[in-house]
Amino acid sequence: MAKVLIVAEHDGNKLNPATAKCVACASQIAGAEISIAVFAADPTAVAAQAAALQGVARVHTVTHALHAQPLAATIAPQLAELAAGHSHVFGPSTTFGKDLMPRVAALLSAPQISDVMAAESATRFKRPIYAGNAIITVEVPADRQIVATVRVASYQPVATQATAAPIVAANPAAAVPTHTRFVSVTAARSDRPDLQTAAKVVSGGRALGSAESFQILYSLADKLGAAVGASRAAVDAGYAANDMQVGQTGKIIAPELYLAFGISGAIQHLTGIKDARTIVAINKDAEAPIFEVADIGLVGDLFQIVPEIEKLIAQSN
Amino acid sequence: MKRILVSIKRVVDYNVRIRVKPDGSGVITDGVKMSINPFDEIALEEALRIKEKGLAEEVVAVSIGPADCQQQLRTALAMGADRAIHVQTDAIIEPLTAAQVLKALADREQPMLAILGKQAIDDDCSQTGQMLAALWQRPQATFASKVEVDGDKVRVTREVDAGLETLEVDLPAVITTDLRLNEPRYVKLPDIMKAKKKPLDTVDPATLGVTPVEVVKAVHFEPPAARSKGIMVKDAQELVAALRSKGLV
Repeated sequence: MAKVLIVAEHDGNKLNPATAKCVACASQIAGAEISIAVFAADPTAVAAQAAALQGVARVHTVTHALHAQPLAATIAPQLAELAAGHSHVFGPSTTFGKDLMPRVAALLSAPQISDVMAAESATRFKRPIYAGNAIITVEVPADRQIVATVRVASYQPVATQATAAPIVAANPAAAVPTHTRFVSVTAARSDRPDLQTAAKVVSGGRALGSAESFQILYSLADKLGAAVGASRAAVDAGYAANDMQVGQTGKIIAPELYLAFGISGAIQHLTGIKDARTIVAINKDAEAPIFEVADIGLVGDLFQIVPEIEKLIAQSN
Repeated sequence: MKRILVSIKRVVDYNVRIRVKPDGSGVITDGVKMSINPFDEIALEEALRIKEKGLAEEVVAVSIGPADCQQQLRTALAMGADRAIHVQTDAIIEPLTAAQVLKALADREQPMLAILGKQAIDDDCSQTGQMLAALWQRPQATFASKVEVDGDKVRVTREVDAGLETLEVDLPAVITTDLRLNEPRYVKLPDIMKAKKKPLDTVDPATLGVTPVEVVKAVHFEPPAARSKGIMVKDAQELVAALRSKGLV
């Protein structure tokens, strides 16, 4: 029987929704027994949230002052130890999981399947390759332990369960290395929804022309209750912060509504949005590739159209 | 000697739009342009800049794969790598195998840094650097957008979901590169001529104690699901009406 251990992603207080999506992926494996591991300086709050996720049988907590920061080098040896007896070890395909899971896989001498978009069985998985231009189905021998990252855009978070799973404290013996030290994190703090999980996203490309011009998108986003994203070209040009980048090498997102303003639609960008429910493209170039994937397209000048949309929405409210 | 190891993967050029074979047995790679994985080019550029600042003395480029990889290694030498190692094999190389090879080379070459691309744009695995760090039992700083070597430490700014994270790690260490770390230099013709004289050693994985095994078997390839054709609207009014009919605004 499959026993899946999922590493929780969290900020010390709140469980990241990516973890509930990992549970959804693990739940695709028939009869899988699902556990979650929480590494934290104080895991109490996060463990309770993890224990409430539908289908979770057990939550392991590992408490250590150095786990106040989620560093791959410090978590990996302890997670690898906890992984004993589990057939699968899953983490989210976020920068946290992408950093951590291969380190765990190597410690376990296990193969890793990156960006799982479907678990067809305990040993067969689908994942994107070539920036999503091909989907490969892979098979791993049944006697091998498997490490995987879960492509969060492919899954909905599981619901909560009536009876919380038991929470048990684990005390892995593996030493926590000190060769890697956290210095700082600078986040563009914002009151807007988180780009990765927002239901609506307003996104801008190079056509915005400047960081100041992005202001019109922030204004529209605030009317819509949307997060703001950007194309790689806009980020490279310095119009938007790096954590706003949507695409193959940025964030891969699946909002209900994606509004792309002045984004031409390079392959690597489309990779990041193709799970969006509704894609709206506004571009002055009628030949822009973004129109090939858009559900609703509008050819025109975004500097004129954005304020119009904002006004129309304000009227209807 | 203060040495930096850089891994170079030969991949389908990023401008090629890849297509799946009709029988689902793979993707069409016959006759397509091959290049250095763009993230590896950034890794090499960073190594060269560290050397040019006088903080390292030698840059060694490594590639694992069939004979054709030597084209990419020659390009790496033309960019400025001092020498190259070609680990020649026709076997399928999974990330764990690549990491084992690089670990063996790290033991032999004793580099202060191993710099790798954060992912290869063919399999998009994003595993090898982290696996090397684990096998080598050294720190890792992935998705780097800034690297500052300072004595026996390196300070790395990383592009993470939350923003920019800075880590300080002890050397030797593994760094994987993100897009905005640097702009790789262009190769000039005289450099291509000079590169022909630079040493390029070929070794067998077996001499490094590594036997490539294929654990993750490819079963089937398919094109991604196509999105259904959308509609065009003529102005903002029609657009908002369409969104409203879908209950989206």
